[in-house]
Amino acid sequence: MIHSLFLINCSGDIFLEKHWKSVVSQSVCDYFFEAQEKAVDVENVPPVISTPHHYLISIYRDKIFFVSVIQTEVPPLFVIEFLHRVADTFQDYFGECSETSIKDNVVIVYELLEEMLDNGFPLATESNILKELIKPPTILRSVVNSITGSSNVGDTLPTGQLSNIPWRRAGVKYTNNEAYFDVIEEIDAIIDKSGSTVFAEIQGVIDSCIKLSGMPDLSLSFMNPRLLDDVSFHPCIRFKRWESERVLSFIPPDGNFRLISYRVSSQNLVAIPVYVKHMISFKENSSSGRFDVTIGPKQNMGKTVEGVVMTVHMPKAVLNMNLTSTQGNYTFDPVTKVLTWDIGKITPQKLPNLKGIVNLQSGAPKPEENPSLNIQFKIQQLAISAKTQTWMEGR
Amino acid sequence: MAAGQAYSEEKGGSSSLGEPEYGHDPASGGIFSSDYKRHDDLKEMLDSNKDSLKLEAMKRIVAMIARGKNASDLFPAVVKNVACKNIEVKKLVYVYLVRYAEEQQDLALLSISTFQRGLKDPNQLIRASALRVLSSIRVPIIVPIMMLAIKEAASDMSPYVRKTAAHAIPKLYSLDSDQKDQLIEVIEKLLADKTTLVAGSVVMAFEEVCPERIDLIHKNYRKLCNLLIDVEEWGQVVIINMLTRYARTQFLSPNQNESLLEDSAEKAFYGSDEEDTKDAKAEATSLVKRKPYVMDPDHRLLLRNTKPLLQSRNAAVVMAVAQLYFHLAPKAEVGVIAKALVRLLRSHSEVQYVVLQNVATMSIKRRGMFEPYLKSFYIRSTDPTQIKILKLEVLTNLANETNISTILREFQTYIRSMDKDFVAATIQAIGRCATNIGKVRDTCLNGLVQLLSNRDELVVAESVVVIKKLLQMQPAQHSEIIKHMAKLTDNIQVPMARASILWLIGEYCEHVPKIAPDVLRKMAKSFTNEEDIVKLQVINLAAKLYLTNSKQSKLLTQYVLNLAKYDQNYDIRDRARFIRQLIVPTEKSGALNKYAKKLFLAQKPAPILESSFKDRDHFQLGSLSHLLNAKAVGYQELPDWPDEAPDPSVRNVEVPEWTKCTSREKRKEKVEKPFYSDSEGESGPTESADSGEGLGSMVECQAVMPQAGHGSPSEEEEEEGVKKGKKKKQQQGRKGRGDTSSEEASASESSSSESDSGSEAQESPAEVETKRRKAGSANCFSSPPLCPAVTPPPPQPVPSSNIVSTSLVTDLEGLTLTDTSLAPALLSPAFGSVRTYELLHRMTGEGLSVEYCFSRRPFPHDPHMVAVQIQISNNTDAEVKSLRISEPKPLSGMRIQEFPEIESLAPGDTASVVMGIDFCDSTQAANFQLCTHTRHFYVSIQPPVGELMAPVFMSENEFKKEQGKLTGMSEITEKLTLLEKCRSDHAIVQQVTSAANVGRVPCGADNEYRFAAKTVTSGSLVLITLEKREGAAAQLTVNSEKMVIGTMLVKDIVQALVQ
Repeated sequence: MIHSLFLINCSGDIFLEKHWKSVVSQSVCDYFFEAQEKAVDVENVPPVISTPHHYLISIYRDKIFFVSVIQTEVPPLFVIEFLHRVADTFQDYFGECSETSIKDNVVIVYELLEEMLDNGFPLATESNILKELIKPPTILRSVVNSITGSSNVGDTLPTGQLSNIPWRRAGVKYTNNEAYFDVIEEIDAIIDKSGSTVFAEIQGVIDSCIKLSGMPDLSLSFMNPRLLDDVSFHPCIRFKRWESERVLSFIPPDGNFRLISYRVSSQNLVAIPVYVKHMISFKENSSSGRFDVTIGPKQNMGKTVEGVVMTVHMPKAVLNMNLTSTQGNYTFDPVTKVLTWDIGKITPQKLPNLKGIVNLQSGAPKPEENPSLNIQFKIQQLAISAKTQTWMEGR
Repeated sequence: MAAGQAYSEEKGGSSSLGEPEYGHDPASGGIFSSDYKRHDDLKEMLDSNKDSLKLEAMKRIVAMIARGKNASDLFPAVVKNVACKNIEVKKLVYVYLVRYAEEQQDLALLSISTFQRGLKDPNQLIRASALRVLSSIRVPIIVPIMMLAIKEAASDMSPYVRKTAAHAIPKLYSLDSDQKDQLIEVIEKLLADKTTLVAGSVVMAFEEVCPERIDLIHKNYRKLCNLLIDVEEWGQVVIINMLTRYARTQFLSPNQNESLLEDSAEKAFYGSDEEDTKDAKAEATSLVKRKPYVMDPDHRLLLRNTKPLLQSRNAAVVMAVAQLYFHLAPKAEVGVIAKALVRLLRSHSEVQYVVLQNVATMSIKRRGMFEPYLKSFYIRSTDPTQIKILKLEVLTNLANETNISTILREFQTYIRSMDKDFVAATIQAIGRCATNIGKVRDTCLNGLVQLLSNRDELVVAESVVVIKKLLQMQPAQHSEIIKHMAKLTDNIQVPMARASILWLIGEYCEHVPKIAPDVLRKMAKSFTNEEDIVKLQVINLAAKLYLTNSKQSKLLTQYVLNLAKYDQNYDIRDRARFIRQLIVPTEKSGALNKYAKKLFLAQKPAPILESSFKDRDHFQLGSLSHLLNAKAVGYQELPDWPDEAPDPSVRNVEVPEWTKCTSREKRKEKVEKPFYSDSEGESGPTESADSGEGLGSMVECQAVMPQAGHGSPSEEEEEEGVKKGKKKKQQQGRKGRGDTSSEEASASESSSSESDSGSEAQESPAEVETKRRKAGSANCFSSPPLCPAVTPPPPQPVPSSNIVSTSLVTDLEGLTLTDTSLAPALLSPAFGSVRTYELLHRMTGEGLSVEYCFSRRPFPHDPHMVAVQIQISNNTDAEVKSLRISEPKPLSGMRIQEFPEIESLAPGDTASVVMGIDFCDSTQAANFQLCTHTRHFYVSIQPPVGELMAPVFMSENEFKKEQGKLTGMSEITEKLTLLEKCRSDHAIVQQVTSAANVGRVPCGADNEYRFAAKTVTSGSLVLITLEKREGAAAQLTVNSEKMVIGTMLVKDIVQALVQ
């Protein structure tokens, strides 16, 4: 299974290595660097690289490459999924998964990796179990530890390991019992230049924060569960109950976790809450072009559209852009040719507009392609899928 | 590469410069800038009594390891803390041990006893972690200990410990694959475990150790299916993959009846030949069968129990279920996986990449499955290029007559993308759609022709190449396009595109009779500046024109051929010569000339543009091999469905049978136990030695360990011998040996049949040896188990004679060699039998057994080396080739003179060689590898202190003079009481000389015995005086500069005389 793990930062330094079997020399990463050079863009580095003696499976997360070394056949997704789980765990422990946080907590990282894999096979990956084995670092604890000499490492087997609910810690106690559910839905749409929707789908997740004492057994049901036709569950959810009654029944882990994620297919398509008017043209035989974009809200059920950001990949021939915006700030990076316009909130009275002149390389032919506009925005308190949660009961 | 350099620079020593030190103590990083000093500091901290200091030190060491810096020189300091009470220190020590134990095997052995104690701890976490670390330190010597520990843990109360045992199995297997049979027994036992915790891990062990033993699964199949949903996610992946393979061998194909209908419908679109043949096969089998298909209930059970896992949050689990359905489910049911796979496309880009690869393969076979999700494969401008290209592949596979118009519209947008690689791939995809779907061929072609006026040359070039392929299908109607393309030769520079255009014009020159010669004229002008690939096509074009339109192009062709004749590229020269002979009629040119036109202008079949994912599904989907489209190491082939279903009743779990089975198992274990308890008994002393006590006991520990590891019967004899003393051994030797050999015989017989094969081959050389011994060598009298005639007849003649003879052979070989070489035996004192030690046991050596003895002869090549006689016998039934020593890893100062390589050793043969080792006057073991053509064995030779010296002769006066110089600290005196049998002169001399390689010094007094020797390496004198007092009391005095040697020698001699 997983033989070794190397963490590599963007400038190509191997800043952490861990081996679960015999030591594999760092030079194996040269194959990775080669592929990285060839790929130009970080996201185009192939996740699986075959070298004469090993296979390298890598992921790219938060400006770090997690490169694992494999020697024998193993499902690639198995490794990829595990590496992401490692990154998630770091995030969970240190608040962020970055080179500095890993370097600062290198001993805990090492202890974690030791617990997570045994001989290359995952051993304990549940955050609740890991936290019982190795306590996450906090300032208070490090002060206490240095005074009392107690350690960050638990000396008993987490009870979860043995039970059928390995995700939950035993003996949880809260004075205030509370449970929060965040429903986050994303529309993912492709719209052609005439404004008609080519493809749209809704992706949703329910993230939970459960702080309940003892062994709570929760049920969550929805008004119209038929909408959730494609769901993936946290292991704590009982499949059978969902299959038969369409009720989410589970004993939750302690703390933050993702309860379900779902996809609402595009049949019951919801109108996209914003529209874009655009005019981008390049004049023949001259080194300039015009750029004019306006964004406006569509029927949005009285909610405001916030956090609007537009990014545009301009053609290579574009040298610079001279624009004026009625709202927000724009930046243009002449190296990557990316125009970013941070708009903020849209008010229907005064629509944000960005227009001006595009400077092209002189002599270069007129760019043929029209740039695609990526627009992100947020609407609070709006469930697009019209799925509503009705009641929750806990025991 | 640049990064690699940066790394090596860093390692080169600038460690203290720029990079942040992990240390928790900021001062230490600055002060101790050089590695050497820093390590000293760490050692001090590790030796301190405070846990906090130790923890600090360990943290810094672990930080070093994490960085990939070498911290191996701290090994002795770290390993001492293995028994530390502080759990965090302990854990970090474990981390360190696992990392470096392989490099420092001897020192690592010091920690074993701690783990052995840990294995018996009441806390299950400690039991488990002890087993984890014990099995993770890759030291081959402890294989028997590991085996024992795994067996015990496999029947532990705690499922967590059992899980750890399952994890340990592949570790042991990778360390020593000989243990396979025993490990399979453990796996069998653990497979029967009913807890979900163990299931995943044991199946993982099964997959790594014995994936071919599918029979072990039968009884557990239903249990695994039912437990599956509660197993942790990683275990689910492994179990599902294994069950896929299992189901393929045990059940019938659910699609055997339907395949006829559906495939023929699909064939209409694809019309590929291969599918035809497959169909034919399927048809044949179904004709043979003609039995209505009924799905095995167990097959159904698997499908039903895996289906909910499609909703797992873990992409690997979803993929595993998807491939299971794809490979096992009836066609009608496979569709359920599409939705789940499409959901995975929202995950991280790496997950998308893998999923899309698999979807691409599936979409060729089962197009209908993904059609409803067509739009999910639409490309976003933010996708990485590799994802875009894969999505394009899927879209192309999904294209059919109904959806082609939407897909083509989508493609049109893609062509305007800024990502040029992606645009090129899109053009290819359009080409493929056009070939597959006749209806849209013209539309596609027109679209592509429009692209020819694109400003981007790469786009144009790619279009040309694709158009060329399309035109081949229906050239007659497209002379306009060809004309258009002919014009492009003026502008387009991409060689592949130019070559494609030229080929097209040549091929269809009849459709463009006016333009073709003109193009040739232009090309002839620029011929020398063209790329090779273009030149070849120019020659082709010339040849074709010459044949169709020789009037206009004769001179041009001659000109081109002449240019080509002197080209630098031999391919082009060859082609020119070949074509000239073929087309230009001369007197010499033969019959081929007539057929030139047929040769050149034959109708060429249109190329089939097909997916690179076609036929990838012979690899198990979701596997690494599938992704790479090449067999990865350790890939298990997905078997084809059987024609006849194997007996389904094997999966029935009948209670009585089951208990019978276990009782048999138990019996087996009982029989085997003595075999292992031996080795346990041997490792006993180390177990009891408390490493926490201090350094002294550690040294002892070290001395015992390497021997204990061998776990060999001959060592038993060895120990026995030491205990009983030489004399007794001589007297009772026969009986004693007879006993052990018969014990061994029964043990070997009952434990396994391994020896059977070797035994017959063994016998003959043994006999030869005995004969030889009978014939000569009077010296042999002292070697105890001599003549087979005298030996009491062993109970099982065949196997026992085998075992006796092997030990005999070695004993004898040493002696006969002494005899035959007959060097002036001045320095060779009269001593009893040469004691042999085991270097490599027959079991661990896979039939190769190696023993060694100290022949006490000076090593010819180097007087500072101790000669070690190695006796290698091949008990296998195959020839062992190129036996040699490699990679000696001597401790500082130690040197090893290897014996010349033995080229081959026939089965049953023995060979004896002499190697020299300079032990540097220390009793440290010399480690090296014994290599054969197939295997490497780590072995070590540890000399008794008595063998580190060579006898010297001196007069009584000289002796006294030297003794006078070596008083005080250099003198060690010990009082002892001699045993009854050791009181005669002869016996005393005999015992002393057998314990140490010393020479007797004449002495006036008759109650005093003197011996003298020099250490081999440094040549320091070792003087021994034994003074007999009244009664049995005696006093032993050893004088030597080398105090350590003196002390140890006293101990050895006392032991020889007292026991």
